[in-house]
Amino acid sequence: MAYALQQLINGVTLGMIYGLIAVGYTMVYGIIGMINFAHGDVFMVGSFLSLIALLGLAALGITSVPLALALTLIFAAGIAALYGWTIERVAYRPLRGSFRLAPLISAIGMSITLQNFVQVSQGARVKPIEAIIPGGIQIMDQGGFAVRLSWMQIAIVVITMSILGIFTWLVTKTPLGRTMRACEQDLKMASLLGIDTDRTISLTFVIGAALAAVAGFMFLLYYGVIDFYIGFIAGVKAFTAAVLGGIGSLPGAVLGGLLIGLIEVFWSAYFSVEYKDVAAFAILIVVLIFMPTGILGRAEVEKV
Amino acid sequence: MSALLSLTGVTAFYGAIQALRGIDLTVEKGEIVTLIGANGAGKSTLMMTICGSPRARDGQIVHEGQDITAWPTHLIMRRRIAQAPEGRRIFNRMTVHENLLMGAEVAGRTDTTDGLDQVFTLFPRLKERIGQRGGTLSGGEQQMLAIGRALMSRPTLLLLDEPSLGLAPLVVRQIFGAIRDLNRTTGLTVLLVEQNAYQALRLAHRGYVLVNGSITMAGTGAELLARPEIRAAYLEGGHT
Ligand SMILES: Nc1ncnc2c1ncn2[C@@H]1O[C@H](COP(=O)(O)OP(=O)(O)OP(=O)(O)O)[C@@H](O)[C@H]1O
Ligand SMILES: [Mg+2]
Repeated sequence: MAYALQQLINGVTLGMIYGLIAVGYTMVYGIIGMINFAHGDVFMVGSFLSLIALLGLAALGITSVPLALALTLIFAAGIAALYGWTIERVAYRPLRGSFRLAPLISAIGMSITLQNFVQVSQGARVKPIEAIIPGGIQIMDQGGFAVRLSWMQIAIVVITMSILGIFTWLVTKTPLGRTMRACEQDLKMASLLGIDTDRTISLTFVIGAALAAVAGFMFLLYYGVIDFYIGFIAGVKAFTAAVLGGIGSLPGAVLGGLLIGLIEVFWSAYFSVEYKDVAAFAILIVVLIFMPTGILGRAEVEKV
Repeated sequence: MSALLSLTGVTAFYGAIQALRGIDLTVEKGEIVTLIGANGAGKSTLMMTICGSPRARDGQIVHEGQDITAWPTHLIMRRRIAQAPEGRRIFNRMTVHENLLMGAEVAGRTDTTDGLDQVFTLFPRLKERIGQRGGTLSGGEQQMLAIGRALMSRPTLLLLDEPSLGLAPLVVRQIFGAIRDLNRTTGLTVLLVEQNAYQALRLAHRGYVLVNGSITMAGTGAELLARPEIRAAYLEGGHT
Protein backbone atom coordinates (compact mmCIF):
# COMPACT_ATOMS: atom_id res chain seq x y z
CA MET A 1 0.00 0.00 0.00
CA ALA A 2 2.64 2.48 1.07
CA TYR A 3 4.87 1.24 -1.70
CA ALA A 4 2.13 1.67 -4.28
CA LEU A 5 1.38 5.18 -3.07
CA GLN A 6 5.02 6.10 -3.42
CA GLN A 7 5.03 4.75 -6.96
CA LEU A 8 1.91 6.75 -7.71
CA ILE A 9 3.61 9.94 -6.57
CA ASN A 10 6.73 9.19 -8.59
CA GLY A 11 4.69 8.22 -11.64
CA VAL A 12 2.62 11.39 -11.57
CA THR A 13 5.76 13.51 -11.32
CA LEU A 14 7.43 11.80 -14.25
CA GLY A 15 4.16 11.97 -16.18
CA MET A 16 3.97 15.72 -15.72
CA ILE A 17 7.40 16.17 -17.27
CA TYR A 18 6.44 13.98 -20.23
CA GLY A 19 3.17 15.85 -20.49
CA LEU A 20 4.86 19.23 -20.69
CA ILE A 21 7.12 18.03 -23.49
CA ALA A 22 4.13 16.41 -25.20
CA VAL A 23 2.37 19.79 -25.35
CA GLY A 24 5.04 20.99 -27.76
CA TYR A 25 4.61 17.97 -30.03
CA THR A 26 0.88 18.35 -30.02
CA MET A 27 0.88 22.06 -30.77
CA VAL A 28 3.27 21.76 -33.69
CA TYR A 29 1.47 18.74 -35.05
CA GLY A 30 -1.82 20.54 -34.72
CA ILE A 31 -0.71 23.52 -36.73
CA ILE A 32 1.37 22.05 -39.54
CA GLY A 33 0.67 18.35 -39.27
CA MET A 34 4.31 17.60 -38.74
CA ILE A 35 6.09 15.67 -36.01
CA ASN A 36 8.92 17.80 -34.80
CA PHE A 37 11.45 15.11 -33.98
CA ALA A 38 13.90 17.72 -32.75
CA HIS A 39 11.54 18.74 -29.96
CA GLY A 40 12.92 16.23 -27.48
CA ASP A 41 16.36 17.64 -28.10
CA VAL A 42 15.15 21.15 -27.44
CA PHE A 43 14.06 19.77 -24.06
CA MET A 44 17.59 18.46 -23.59
CA VAL A 45 19.09 21.79 -24.62
CA GLY A 46 16.75 23.51 -22.17
CA SER A 47 18.04 21.24 -19.47
CA PHE A 48 21.66 22.09 -20.29
CA LEU A 49 20.85 25.79 -20.46
CA SER A 50 19.38 25.51 -16.98
CA LEU A 51 22.51 23.82 -15.74
CA ILE A 52 24.75 26.45 -17.29
CA ALA A 53 22.63 29.24 -15.85
CA LEU A 54 22.61 27.73 -12.36
CA LEU A 55 26.37 27.25 -12.33
CA GLY A 56 26.87 30.71 -13.79
CA LEU A 57 24.66 32.36 -11.21
CA ALA A 58 26.40 30.49 -8.42
CA ALA A 59 29.72 31.68 -9.78
CA LEU A 60 28.39 35.23 -9.79
CA GLY A 61 27.60 34.80 -6.13
CA ILE A 62 23.83 34.88 -6.32
CA THR A 63 22.83 32.89 -3.29
CA SER A 64 19.12 33.52 -3.11
CA VAL A 65 17.62 30.25 -4.33
CA PRO A 66 14.27 31.62 -5.57
CA LEU A 67 16.04 34.38 -7.50
CA ALA A 68 18.52 31.97 -9.03
CA LEU A 69 15.74 29.59 -10.08
CA ALA A 70 13.61 32.35 -11.56
CA LEU A 71 16.53 33.77 -13.55
CA THR A 72 17.50 30.30 -14.70
CA LEU A 73 14.02 29.54 -15.89
CA ILE A 74 13.76 32.79 -17.82
CA PHE A 75 17.18 32.29 -19.37
CA ALA A 76 16.55 28.67 -20.36
CA ALA A 77 13.07 29.28 -21.71
CA GLY A 78 14.20 32.37 -23.61
CA ILE A 79 17.19 30.77 -25.29
CA ALA A 80 15.28 27.56 -26.02
CA ALA A 81 12.54 29.66 -27.62
CA LEU A 82 15.21 31.11 -29.86
CA TYR A 83 16.29 27.58 -30.75
CA GLY A 84 12.70 26.68 -31.58
CA TRP A 85 12.31 29.71 -33.80
CA THR A 86 15.60 29.06 -35.58
CA ILE A 87 14.89 25.38 -36.14
CA GLU A 88 11.58 26.16 -37.79
CA ARG A 89 13.11 28.92 -39.87
CA VAL A 90 16.15 26.95 -41.01
CA ALA A 91 14.98 23.36 -41.23
CA TYR A 92 11.22 23.37 -41.81
CA ARG A 93 10.00 26.53 -43.46
CA PRO A 94 12.09 26.16 -46.63
CA LEU A 95 10.53 22.71 -47.06
CA ARG A 96 6.94 23.76 -46.62
CA GLY A 97 4.96 22.80 -49.67
CA SER A 98 7.38 20.11 -50.71
CA PHE A 99 6.58 16.43 -50.20
CA ARG A 100 5.30 15.38 -46.81
CA LEU A 101 8.29 13.41 -45.63
CA ALA A 102 10.82 16.15 -46.34
CA PRO A 103 10.35 18.11 -43.11
CA LEU A 104 10.33 14.87 -41.11
CA ILE A 105 13.71 13.92 -42.46
CA SER A 106 14.91 17.42 -41.82
CA ALA A 107 13.61 17.15 -38.25
CA ILE A 108 15.56 13.97 -37.64
CA GLY A 109 18.63 15.73 -39.00
CA MET A 110 18.01 18.64 -36.67
CA SER A 111 17.66 16.25 -33.75
CA ILE A 112 20.99 14.61 -34.49
CA THR A 113 22.60 18.00 -34.98
CA LEU A 114 21.46 19.23 -31.57
CA GLN A 115 22.58 16.03 -29.85
CA ASN A 116 26.00 16.15 -31.40
CA PHE A 117 26.34 19.85 -30.80
CA VAL A 118 25.70 19.37 -27.08
CA GLN A 119 27.85 16.25 -26.94
CA VAL A 120 30.78 18.08 -28.46
CA SER A 121 30.35 21.38 -26.65
CA GLN A 122 29.39 19.99 -23.22
CA GLY A 123 31.03 16.60 -23.25
CA ALA A 124 29.46 13.18 -23.34
CA ARG A 125 29.64 12.40 -19.65
CA VAL A 126 26.61 12.82 -17.41
CA LYS A 127 26.40 16.11 -15.59
CA PRO A 128 25.36 15.89 -11.97
CA ILE A 129 24.04 18.75 -9.91
CA GLU A 130 23.44 19.12 -6.19
CA ALA A 131 19.88 19.08 -5.00
CA ILE A 132 18.67 22.67 -4.97
CA ILE A 133 15.24 22.13 -3.51
CA PRO A 134 15.75 19.35 -1.00
CA GLY A 135 13.28 18.01 1.48
CA GLY A 136 9.62 17.38 1.46
CA ILE A 137 6.96 15.91 3.61
CA GLN A 138 6.43 12.43 4.88
CA ILE A 139 2.90 11.34 4.17
CA MET A 140 2.82 8.02 5.98
CA ASP A 141 5.03 5.38 7.48
CA GLN A 142 4.02 1.78 7.14
CA GLY A 143 6.19 -0.90 8.63
CA GLY A 144 9.34 1.11 8.15
CA PHE A 145 8.51 2.18 4.59
CA ALA A 146 8.13 5.93 4.52
CA VAL A 147 6.08 7.52 1.75
CA ARG A 148 7.63 10.80 0.82
CA LEU A 149 6.37 13.69 -1.23
CA SER A 150 9.19 16.07 -2.05
CA TRP A 151 8.80 19.80 -2.52
CA MET A 152 10.20 19.32 -5.97
CA GLN A 153 7.46 16.87 -6.86
CA ILE A 154 4.81 19.26 -5.64
CA ALA A 155 6.41 22.06 -7.62
CA ILE A 156 6.48 19.97 -10.81
CA VAL A 157 2.79 19.09 -10.55
CA VAL A 158 1.76 22.65 -9.71
CA ILE A 159 3.84 24.19 -12.49
CA THR A 160 2.65 21.73 -15.13
CA MET A 161 -1.00 22.05 -14.20
CA SER A 162 -0.76 25.85 -14.15
CA ILE A 163 0.86 25.88 -17.56
CA LEU A 164 -1.83 23.56 -18.87
CA GLY A 165 -4.52 25.83 -17.43
CA ILE A 166 -2.99 29.00 -18.85
CA PHE A 167 -2.47 27.54 -22.29
CA THR A 168 -5.88 25.96 -22.49
CA TRP A 169 -7.33 29.37 -21.71
CA LEU A 170 -5.01 31.02 -24.22
CA VAL A 171 -5.96 28.67 -27.02
CA THR A 172 -9.69 28.53 -26.40
CA LYS A 173 -10.48 32.06 -25.26
CA THR A 174 -8.09 34.63 -26.67
CA PRO A 175 -7.81 36.13 -30.17
CA LEU A 176 -4.29 34.77 -30.40
CA GLY A 177 -5.55 31.28 -29.63
CA ARG A 178 -8.32 31.68 -32.19
CA THR A 179 -5.75 32.60 -34.79
CA MET A 180 -3.72 29.53 -33.90
CA ARG A 181 -6.76 27.28 -34.16
CA ALA A 182 -7.65 28.82 -37.50
CA CYS A 183 -4.17 28.06 -38.81
CA GLU A 184 -4.48 24.57 -37.40
CA GLN A 185 -7.75 23.90 -39.21
CA ASP A 186 -7.06 25.54 -42.55
CA LEU A 187 -3.78 27.32 -43.15
CA LYS A 188 -4.74 28.60 -46.56
CA MET A 189 -8.07 29.99 -45.41
CA ALA A 190 -6.34 31.66 -42.49
CA SER A 191 -4.04 33.48 -44.90
CA LEU A 192 -7.09 34.46 -46.98
CA LEU A 193 -8.36 36.19 -43.85
CA GLY A 194 -5.19 38.26 -43.65
CA ILE A 195 -3.37 36.18 -41.06
CA ASP A 196 0.37 35.97 -41.33
CA THR A 197 0.50 32.20 -41.09
CA ASP A 198 4.29 32.02 -41.07
CA ARG A 199 4.32 34.20 -38.00
CA THR A 200 1.71 32.07 -36.26
CA ILE A 201 3.70 28.93 -37.03
CA SER A 202 6.89 30.51 -35.70
CA LEU A 203 5.06 31.48 -32.56
CA THR A 204 3.89 27.92 -32.05
CA PHE A 205 7.47 26.66 -32.27
CA VAL A 206 8.63 29.36 -29.88
CA ILE A 207 5.97 28.47 -27.30
CA GLY A 208 6.59 24.73 -27.66
CA ALA A 209 10.33 25.19 -27.22
CA ALA A 210 9.91 27.40 -24.17
CA LEU A 211 7.68 24.79 -22.55
CA ALA A 212 10.19 22.07 -23.38
CA ALA A 213 12.83 24.16 -21.62
CA VAL A 214 10.61 24.43 -18.55
CA ALA A 215 10.35 20.64 -18.62
CA GLY A 216 14.14 20.38 -19.04
CA PHE A 217 14.63 22.70 -16.09
CA MET A 218 12.37 20.59 -13.88
CA PHE A 219 14.00 17.39 -15.09
CA LEU A 220 17.42 18.70 -14.10
CA LEU A 221 16.27 19.74 -10.65
CA TYR A 222 14.31 16.55 -10.07
CA TYR A 223 16.78 13.94 -11.24
CA GLY A 224 19.95 15.90 -10.70
CA VAL A 225 21.76 14.31 -13.67
CA ILE A 226 21.52 15.02 -17.36
CA ASP A 227 23.38 14.08 -20.51
CA PHE A 228 23.12 14.85 -24.18
CA TYR A 229 20.97 11.79 -24.81
CA ILE A 230 18.03 12.49 -22.48
CA GLY A 231 16.20 14.33 -25.23
CA PHE A 232 15.89 11.31 -27.44
CA ILE A 233 14.37 9.06 -24.83
CA ALA A 234 12.14 11.65 -23.24
CA GLY A 235 11.17 12.85 -26.71
CA VAL A 236 9.99 9.44 -27.83
CA LYS A 237 8.02 9.00 -24.62
CA ALA A 238 6.48 12.44 -24.84
CA PHE A 239 5.58 11.89 -28.46
CA THR A 240 3.92 8.64 -27.43
CA ALA A 241 2.09 10.57 -24.73
CA ALA A 242 0.83 13.09 -27.27
CA VAL A 243 -0.47 10.35 -29.54
CA LEU A 244 -1.97 8.45 -26.63
CA GLY A 245 -3.79 11.50 -25.31
CA GLY A 246 -4.99 12.46 -28.76
CA ILE A 247 -2.60 14.48 -30.86
CA GLY A 248 -3.75 18.07 -31.19
CA SER A 249 -5.29 18.17 -27.73
CA LEU A 250 -3.52 20.07 -24.93
CA PRO A 251 -5.21 18.31 -21.99
CA GLY A 252 -4.73 15.09 -23.94
CA ALA A 253 -0.98 15.68 -24.01
CA VAL A 254 -0.75 16.00 -20.26
CA LEU A 255 -3.12 13.09 -19.70
CA GLY A 256 -1.07 10.96 -22.08
CA GLY A 257 2.11 12.00 -20.27
CA LEU A 258 0.55 11.04 -16.98
CA LEU A 259 -0.40 7.60 -18.27
CA ILE A 260 3.02 6.91 -19.74
CA GLY A 261 4.68 8.07 -16.54
CA LEU A 262 2.46 5.86 -14.39
CA ILE A 263 2.81 2.80 -16.60
CA GLU A 264 6.54 3.19 -16.66
CA VAL A 265 6.93 3.63 -12.92
CA PHE A 266 4.49 0.90 -11.91
CA TRP A 267 5.89 -1.56 -14.40
CA SER A 268 9.40 -0.93 -13.12
CA ALA A 269 8.24 -1.29 -9.52
CA TYR A 270 6.28 -4.49 -9.88
CA PHE A 271 7.59 -6.28 -12.96
CA SER A 272 10.88 -5.36 -14.54
CA VAL A 273 12.77 -2.19 -15.15
CA GLU A 274 14.13 -3.56 -18.42
CA TYR A 275 10.67 -3.94 -19.94
CA LYS A 276 9.13 -0.66 -18.81
CA ASP A 277 9.37 0.89 -22.28
CA VAL A 278 7.92 -2.23 -23.87
CA ALA A 279 4.95 -1.88 -21.51
CA ALA A 280 4.45 1.79 -22.34
CA PHE A 281 4.57 1.20 -26.08
CA ALA A 282 2.39 -1.90 -25.87
CA ILE A 283 -0.30 0.18 -24.17
CA LEU A 284 0.08 2.76 -26.92
CA ILE A 285 -0.56 0.12 -29.55
CA VAL A 286 -3.59 -1.26 -27.74
CA VAL A 287 -5.09 2.18 -27.24
CA LEU A 288 -4.56 3.14 -30.85
CA ILE A 289 -6.23 -0.04 -32.07
CA PHE A 290 -9.38 0.73 -30.12
CA MET A 291 -9.20 4.55 -30.15
CA PRO A 292 -7.34 5.60 -33.28
CA THR A 293 -7.59 9.30 -32.39
CA GLY A 294 -6.24 8.81 -28.88
CA ILE A 295 -8.04 9.24 -25.58
CA LEU A 296 -9.06 12.88 -25.91
CA GLY A 297 -8.68 13.04 -29.68
CA ARG A 298 -11.54 14.70 -31.40
CA ALA A 299 -14.32 12.55 -32.68
CA GLU A 300 -15.08 14.28 -35.92
CA VAL A 301 -18.70 15.35 -36.23
CA GLU A 302 -18.35 17.24 -39.43
CA LYS A 303 -19.99 17.67 -42.74
CA VAL A 304 -17.81 17.40 -45.76
CA MET B 1 -9.94 56.88 -63.49
CA SER B 2 -8.04 53.63 -63.23
CA ALA B 3 -9.74 50.37 -62.42
CA LEU B 4 -10.07 49.05 -58.89
CA LEU B 5 -8.47 45.81 -59.98
CA SER B 6 -6.74 45.00 -63.21
CA LEU B 7 -4.99 41.92 -64.47
CA THR B 8 -2.77 41.96 -67.51
CA GLY B 9 -1.31 38.86 -69.09
CA VAL B 10 -1.59 36.85 -65.90
CA THR B 11 -0.53 33.21 -66.00
CA ALA B 12 -0.59 30.66 -63.20
CA PHE B 13 0.72 27.14 -62.85
CA TYR B 14 0.26 24.14 -60.59
CA GLY B 15 3.64 22.52 -60.93
CA ALA B 16 3.96 21.95 -64.66
CA ILE B 17 0.24 22.35 -65.35
CA GLN B 18 -0.73 25.73 -66.67
CA ALA B 19 -4.10 26.81 -65.31
CA LEU B 20 -4.21 30.44 -66.51
CA ARG B 21 -2.96 31.54 -69.92
CA GLY B 22 -2.56 35.28 -70.12
CA ILE B 23 -5.63 36.71 -68.41
CA ASP B 24 -6.62 40.33 -69.05
CA LEU B 25 -9.42 41.47 -66.81
CA THR B 26 -10.54 44.64 -65.11
CA VAL B 27 -12.99 45.37 -62.35
CA GLU B 28 -14.18 48.94 -61.86
CA LYS B 29 -15.16 50.35 -58.53
CA GLY B 30 -18.79 49.60 -57.71
CA GLU B 31 -19.21 46.93 -60.34
CA ILE B 32 -20.46 43.38 -60.12
CA VAL B 33 -18.38 41.33 -62.54
CA THR B 34 -19.02 37.67 -63.14
CA LEU B 35 -16.76 34.95 -64.42
CA ILE B 36 -18.37 31.97 -66.11
CA GLY B 37 -16.84 28.86 -67.59
CA ALA B 38 -16.94 25.10 -67.61
CA ASN B 39 -15.51 22.91 -64.87
CA GLY B 40 -11.76 23.12 -64.81
CA ALA B 41 -11.67 26.31 -66.88
CA GLY B 42 -9.60 28.05 -64.22
CA LYS B 43 -12.19 30.25 -62.49
CA SER B 44 -11.22 29.33 -58.95
CA THR B 45 -7.56 29.54 -59.88
CA LEU B 46 -8.11 33.07 -61.13
CA MET B 47 -9.81 34.07 -57.88
CA MET B 48 -7.00 32.56 -55.84
CA THR B 49 -4.27 34.05 -58.02
CA ILE B 50 -5.68 37.51 -57.33
CA CYS B 51 -5.09 36.65 -53.68
CA GLY B 52 -1.55 35.47 -54.36
CA SER B 53 -2.03 31.71 -53.99
CA PRO B 54 -0.89 30.39 -56.41
CA ARG B 55 1.13 33.45 -57.28
CA ALA B 56 0.94 34.73 -60.85
CA ARG B 57 3.99 33.61 -62.80
CA ASP B 58 3.83 36.24 -65.56
CA GLY B 59 1.77 39.36 -65.96
CA GLN B 60 0.67 41.94 -63.51
CA ILE B 61 -2.09 42.36 -60.94
CA VAL B 62 -2.77 45.94 -59.89
CA HIS B 63 -5.10 46.88 -57.07
CA GLU B 64 -5.90 50.54 -56.43
CA GLY B 65 -2.80 51.56 -58.34
CA GLN B 66 -0.52 49.23 -56.42
CA ASP B 67 1.20 46.31 -58.08
CA ILE B 68 0.38 43.37 -55.81
CA THR B 69 1.53 40.58 -58.12
CA ALA B 70 4.32 39.36 -55.87
CA TRP B 71 2.70 40.12 -52.53
CA PRO B 72 2.09 37.40 -49.96
CA THR B 73 -1.54 36.44 -49.50
CA HIS B 74 -2.08 37.88 -46.05
CA LEU B 75 -0.88 41.32 -47.11
CA ILE B 76 -3.14 41.31 -50.18
CA MET B 77 -6.09 40.44 -47.98
CA ARG B 78 -5.32 43.39 -45.73
CA ARG B 79 -6.16 45.72 -48.62
CA ARG B 80 -9.85 45.21 -47.88
CA ILE B 81 -10.12 42.41 -50.37
CA ALA B 82 -12.10 39.43 -49.08
CA GLN B 83 -12.78 36.07 -50.60
CA ALA B 84 -15.39 33.44 -49.90
CA PRO B 85 -13.48 30.67 -51.62
CA GLU B 86 -14.59 27.54 -53.38
CA GLY B 87 -15.68 24.85 -50.94
CA ARG B 88 -16.63 27.41 -48.27
CA ARG B 89 -13.66 26.51 -46.09
CA ILE B 90 -15.28 27.52 -42.86
CA PHE B 91 -13.54 26.49 -39.67
CA ASN B 92 -15.35 23.31 -38.69
CA ARG B 93 -14.24 23.19 -35.11
CA MET B 94 -15.07 26.80 -34.36
CA THR B 95 -18.45 28.24 -33.53
CA VAL B 96 -20.35 30.45 -35.93
CA HIS B 97 -19.39 33.43 -33.79
CA GLU B 98 -15.69 32.54 -33.82
CA ASN B 99 -15.78 32.01 -37.57
CA LEU B 100 -17.21 35.47 -38.02
CA LEU B 101 -14.64 36.98 -35.68
CA MET B 102 -11.91 35.37 -37.78
CA GLY B 103 -13.28 37.34 -40.70
CA ALA B 104 -12.74 40.54 -38.74
CA GLU B 105 -9.11 39.68 -38.03
CA VAL B 106 -7.87 41.96 -40.81
CA ALA B 107 -9.86 44.93 -39.61
CA GLY B 108 -7.78 44.82 -36.46
CA ARG B 109 -10.36 42.99 -34.35
CA THR B 110 -11.67 46.21 -32.92
CA ASP B 111 -15.38 46.74 -32.65
CA THR B 112 -16.94 43.81 -34.40
CA THR B 113 -20.49 44.68 -33.37
CA ASP B 114 -21.33 46.64 -36.53
CA GLY B 115 -20.02 43.86 -38.71
CA LEU B 116 -21.92 41.21 -36.79
CA ASP B 117 -25.11 43.27 -36.99
CA GLN B 118 -24.75 43.60 -40.73
CA VAL B 119 -24.19 39.89 -41.20
CA PHE B 120 -27.07 38.93 -38.93
CA THR B 121 -29.42 41.30 -40.73
CA LEU B 122 -28.42 39.64 -43.97
CA PHE B 123 -28.59 36.09 -42.62
CA PRO B 124 -30.81 35.95 -39.52
CA ARG B 125 -30.31 32.22 -39.58
CA LEU B 126 -26.69 32.65 -38.49
CA LYS B 127 -27.77 34.57 -35.42
CA GLU B 128 -29.91 31.64 -34.31
CA ARG B 129 -26.92 29.37 -34.75
CA ILE B 130 -24.30 31.62 -33.22
CA GLY B 131 -22.97 29.08 -30.71
CA GLN B 132 -23.07 26.08 -33.04
CA ARG B 133 -19.91 24.56 -34.44
CA GLY B 134 -19.31 25.41 -38.07
CA GLY B 135 -18.83 21.79 -39.05
CA THR B 136 -22.32 20.86 -37.94
CA LEU B 137 -24.15 23.55 -39.94
CA SER B 138 -26.14 22.58 -42.98
CA GLY B 139 -24.57 23.22 -46.37
CA GLY B 140 -26.66 26.33 -46.93
CA GLU B 141 -25.88 27.68 -43.50
CA GLN B 142 -22.20 27.08 -44.10
CA GLN B 143 -22.41 29.05 -47.32
CA MET B 144 -24.08 31.92 -45.49
CA LEU B 145 -21.34 31.75 -42.91
CA ALA B 146 -18.63 31.81 -45.56
CA ILE B 147 -20.13 34.92 -47.12
CA GLY B 148 -20.78 36.48 -43.73
CA ARG B 149 -17.19 35.86 -42.68
CA ALA B 150 -15.92 37.52 -45.83
CA LEU B 151 -18.11 40.54 -45.12
CA MET B 152 -16.79 40.87 -41.56
CA SER B 153 -13.59 42.47 -42.81
CA ARG B 154 -15.65 45.28 -44.36
CA PRO B 155 -14.18 44.65 -47.79
CA THR B 156 -14.32 47.03 -50.70
CA LEU B 157 -13.72 44.15 -53.11
CA LEU B 158 -15.49 40.86 -52.51
CA LEU B 159 -14.54 37.70 -54.38
CA LEU B 160 -17.25 35.04 -54.33
CA ASP B 161 -16.54 31.60 -55.72
CA GLU B 162 -19.78 29.74 -56.45
CA PRO B 163 -21.84 31.09 -53.58
CA SER B 164 -24.92 29.23 -54.82
CA LEU B 165 -23.32 25.80 -54.89
CA GLY B 166 -25.63 23.17 -53.44
CA LEU B 167 -28.22 25.62 -52.20
CA ALA B 168 -32.00 25.57 -52.49
CA PRO B 169 -33.34 28.01 -55.12
CA LEU B 170 -34.88 30.16 -52.42
CA VAL B 171 -31.58 30.55 -50.62
CA VAL B 172 -29.80 31.26 -53.91
CA ARG B 173 -32.24 34.08 -54.59
CA GLN B 174 -31.67 35.36 -51.10
CA ILE B 175 -27.89 35.37 -51.52
CA PHE B 176 -28.03 36.98 -54.94
CA GLY B 177 -30.44 39.55 -53.53
CA ALA B 178 -28.00 40.23 -50.72
CA ILE B 179 -25.13 40.75 -53.17
CA ARG B 180 -27.22 43.20 -55.20
CA ASP B 181 -28.28 45.10 -52.09
CA LEU B 182 -24.75 45.40 -50.77
CA ASN B 183 -23.58 46.58 -54.15
CA ARG B 184 -26.30 49.22 -54.37
CA THR B 185 -26.25 50.46 -50.82
CA THR B 186 -22.57 50.33 -49.95
CA GLY B 187 -20.98 50.38 -53.37
CA LEU B 188 -19.31 47.04 -52.68
CA THR B 189 -17.43 45.76 -55.72
CA VAL B 190 -17.99 42.08 -56.42
CA LEU B 191 -16.19 39.53 -58.57
CA LEU B 192 -18.46 36.53 -58.80
CA VAL B 193 -17.80 33.03 -60.11
CA GLU B 194 -20.96 31.10 -60.87
CA GLN B 195 -22.06 27.89 -62.51
CA ASN B 196 -25.51 29.35 -62.60
CA ALA B 197 -24.67 31.52 -65.60
CA TYR B 198 -28.14 32.85 -66.26
CA GLN B 199 -28.64 34.30 -62.80
CA ALA B 200 -25.07 35.51 -62.61
CA LEU B 201 -25.22 37.34 -65.92
CA ARG B 202 -28.51 38.93 -64.97
CA LEU B 203 -27.08 40.14 -61.70
CA ALA B 204 -23.72 41.33 -63.02
CA HIS B 205 -22.86 44.52 -64.82
CA ARG B 206 -20.28 42.73 -66.89
CA GLY B 207 -19.08 39.23 -67.44
CA TYR B 208 -16.10 37.26 -68.72
CA VAL B 209 -16.13 33.79 -70.21
CA LEU B 210 -13.18 31.63 -69.31
CA VAL B 211 -12.27 28.62 -71.44
CA ASN B 212 -9.24 26.51 -70.67
CA GLY B 213 -7.42 29.23 -68.81
CA SER B 214 -8.07 31.98 -71.36
CA ILE B 215 -10.75 34.61 -71.59
CA THR B 216 -12.68 34.07 -74.81
CA MET B 217 -15.50 36.58 -74.44
CA ALA B 218 -16.31 39.64 -72.44
CA GLY B 219 -19.21 42.05 -72.34
CA THR B 220 -22.12 43.34 -70.33
CA GLY B 221 -24.37 40.79 -68.72
CA ALA B 222 -27.12 41.45 -71.22
CA GLU B 223 -24.75 41.18 -74.20
CA LEU B 224 -23.39 37.85 -73.09
CA LEU B 225 -26.85 36.53 -72.34
CA ALA B 226 -27.92 37.37 -75.86
CA ARG B 227 -25.08 35.46 -77.52
CA PRO B 228 -26.10 32.17 -79.06
CA GLU B 229 -22.82 30.46 -78.22
CA ILE B 230 -23.21 31.38 -74.56
CA ARG B 231 -26.75 30.11 -74.57
CA ALA B 232 -25.62 26.88 -76.13
CA ALA B 233 -22.68 26.29 -73.85
CA TYR B 234 -23.77 27.63 -70.50
CA LEU B 235 -27.53 28.07 -70.50
CA GLU B 236 -28.59 24.75 -71.90
CA GLY B 237 -31.52 23.26 -70.10
CA GLY B 238 -33.41 26.51 -69.77
CA HIS B 239 -33.30 29.40 -67.39
CA THR B 240 -32.86 27.95 -63.98
N1 LIG C 1 -3.94 22.27 -56.51
C1 LIG C 1 -3.95 21.91 -57.80
N2 LIG C 1 -2.98 21.11 -58.29
C2 LIG C 1 -2.97 20.74 -59.59
N3 LIG C 1 -3.88 21.13 -60.49
C3 LIG C 1 -4.88 21.91 -60.07
C4 LIG C 1 -4.98 22.34 -58.70
N4 LIG C 1 -6.07 23.10 -58.57
C5 LIG C 1 -6.63 23.14 -59.79
N5 LIG C 1 -5.93 22.44 -60.70
C6 LIG C 1 -6.24 22.29 -62.12
O1 LIG C 1 -6.31 23.58 -62.69
C7 LIG C 1 -7.39 23.66 -63.59
C8 LIG C 1 -8.31 24.80 -63.22
O2 LIG C 1 -8.94 24.49 -61.99
P1 LIG C 1 -9.97 25.46 -61.28
O3 LIG C 1 -10.26 24.90 -59.94
O4 LIG C 1 -9.45 26.82 -61.35
O5 LIG C 1 -11.25 25.31 -62.23
P2 LIG C 1 -12.69 25.95 -62.08
O6 LIG C 1 -12.93 26.75 -63.29
O7 LIG C 1 -12.82 26.64 -60.79
O8 LIG C 1 -13.60 24.66 -62.09
P3 LIG C 1 -14.97 24.32 -61.31
O9 LIG C 1 -16.05 24.97 -62.06
O10 LIG C 1 -15.05 22.85 -61.39
O11 LIG C 1 -14.82 24.83 -59.93
C9 LIG C 1 -8.05 22.29 -63.58
O12 LIG C 1 -7.60 21.58 -64.69
C10 LIG C 1 -7.57 21.65 -62.31
O13 LIG C 1 -7.48 20.27 -62.45
MG1 LIG D 1 -13.93 26.33 -59.13
